[in-house]
Amino acid sequence: MQRLVEAVPPAAVTGGPNDPVLRPSALDPSQLRLAYRWVLLARLLDDKTAALYRSGLVPGGAFLSKGQEALSVSLAMQLQPGDIYAPLIRDTAGRLAFGETIQDALRSCIGSPLGPMRGRDGNVHRGRPKDGYLPMISHLGAIPSVVNGALIARRLQGKPMGIGATCIGDGGTSTGAFHEAMNQAAVERLPLVMVVADNQYAYSTHRSRQFACDSLLDRAVGYGVDGHAVDGTDLAACMQVMDRAARRAREGCGPQLIVANLLRLCGHGEHDDASYVDPALKESHVGRDCVKAAADWLIAHGMAAPGELSKMQTDVSAELEKAVDEILRDPAPDPNVEKWTALATAALRENAS
Amino acid sequence: MSITYLEAIREAQARALGENPNVYIYGQDVGDFGGAFKATKGLAAQFPGRVIDAPISEDAIVGSAIGAAIQGMRPIIEMQFADFSTVGLNQIVNQAATYYWRTNVPCPITIRLPCGGTSGSGPFHSQSLEAVYAHFPGLVVLTPATVEDAYSMLLDAVAIDDPVIFCEHKFLYYHLKAEKLPTGALPVGKARIARAGRDLTLVTYSAMLHESLAAAEELATQGYQVEIVDLRSIKPLDTDTVMASVARTGRLLCVGEAWPWGGVTAEVIARVVSEGFDLLDAPPQRLNAKDTPIPFHPRLWAAHRPTAQSITAAARNVLNY
Repeated sequence: MQRLVEAVPPAAVTGGPNDPVLRPSALDPSQLRLAYRWVLLARLLDDKTAALYRSGLVPGGAFLSKGQEALSVSLAMQLQPGDIYAPLIRDTAGRLAFGETIQDALRSCIGSPLGPMRGRDGNVHRGRPKDGYLPMISHLGAIPSVVNGALIARRLQGKPMGIGATCIGDGGTSTGAFHEAMNQAAVERLPLVMVVADNQYAYSTHRSRQFACDSLLDRAVGYGVDGHAVDGTDLAACMQVMDRAARRAREGCGPQLIVANLLRLCGHGEHDDASYVDPALKESHVGRDCVKAAADWLIAHGMAAPGELSKMQTDVSAELEKAVDEILRDPAPDPNVEKWTALATAALRENAS
Repeated sequence: MSITYLEAIREAQARALGENPNVYIYGQDVGDFGGAFKATKGLAAQFPGRVIDAPISEDAIVGSAIGAAIQGMRPIIEMQFADFSTVGLNQIVNQAATYYWRTNVPCPITIRLPCGGTSGSGPFHSQSLEAVYAHFPGLVVLTPATVEDAYSMLLDAVAIDDPVIFCEHKFLYYHLKAEKLPTGALPVGKARIARAGRDLTLVTYSAMLHESLAAAEELATQGYQVEIVDLRSIKPLDTDTVMASVARTGRLLCVGEAWPWGGVTAEVIARVVSEGFDLLDAPPQRLNAKDTPIPFHPRLWAAHRPTAQSITAAARNVLNY
């Protein structure tokens, strides 16, 4: 595990507009259509979550992923059985692509005892660790080192490492925990794929108040890891960049830092009208809707017919409605049957008093 | 032949590493150097690749231990000093401590905290943080006071399916000795009667056990029989053993090296008063460190924490009520 330093190849920073890897001909149409199906479902699921929130069926807040679907799905579609996935707040699309059911997502939002968090935690703090799907905590920057540890465990156990994938926003990169984890991954040369969604605002605070370097990609050099820039509004570009990053991680090239430029197309939560967002940003390239852009791109490049995409929308909507009907019949958690203990070890539980 | 408290901690780790391939040690300078206090001396050579130097990143150290634990490993984390564990506090109390409750997946981590004051160590190398960690649900907090407990409870900690905060006292590292390692031990969560007596129950733990034993010797010369309860485990807290002792003596003094506010001594007194008020012949008292940061100069430090002398005085007040 303790590694000498001479074997480290130079960190590469890629992904400019003239990068020859980003060519439409290099893309697999069936994978792109599948990715589009996930982003579409994620967008509709977000709309449904917002509707449930407005109906008073969602305790706490509702946190949507609008504008980040293309980036999110592209990462998750690189993952294989055995990989680790630790999504963050705006990864509805990636979660679905990784294998989360619509029911699990909705049940977490309403706090159903039948969901993975059983009403003990909710909304985006959900996961199934046994499936390699790790739940986030709200403290930003706290998850990447957990992914590192899961990878370290496999190294120590002599098992195939796979890769570990996780996400953070521009604001989250300001935490000490994020820095510690990136540095740790680099020191241990772990196959960590770290995706930064630079969505211009951390809650209401503009990125100019988060960091002073030109791009967060500059940090890749400092950590001694590969860096990749990508247009987060462009599904095809995201798919290609993630493919390359994940491949490099699997090949033993160490941590991969991907920085995507995009705009959050909703409030921090549904309680937030996002009136602080600069209107000029919404009108600019970064503010374009990645789901609509993906549909236009698929049609323009002959990878999908308009009728095909509208049928997909009909199918996905029906799937979603079926899941909603199912979860709305769930019981509420019962405090009388709740096991009020935080310890796994029964012999060490003090009687609650 | 004799073995010190520190050597017992090293031996327990060697045994854990030898018996379970899922155990590994991660912390600052723990590898070839053997740790700041030499608690991992020789282990990196004995168990190649399993005693791993970490960057100075307490948050990531604990975070990675969580990730490894949920993948089936049994990490032992050495914090260089208990004081520095606050840099990893978020991972300990918000992630490790909540993991099982949130996900139903156990998170077995042992976090070793070299704690407590030694002369000249000052505000940032002397803290006793057991009350901080005991406050959060989901953690087990152990405070061994003897060589035997340091050994057996560290092995217990590694075997427990929950995150364990293992508070090992630096003052005891080199001076406290036993003839040999124990072959059996009380279960975790059980307190121990360290000295039997009928006049006063003195509840304590960690290094304060030894100051309390010295105080009891002094009081014995004055005709007082002090019963000393060594808690061993702060969380869970063995209320039954404490209550049984108070039932015998009718008087209670709690002694802790940590700060007083909301601490272990306050918790013990709260339990005894609320559940055993009728057992008491005198108001229960407690003695803790002063409510200031821990001073650097040996003269100030000696006055800051409880000592055999101040414990004797406090005990006499309860006895004479």
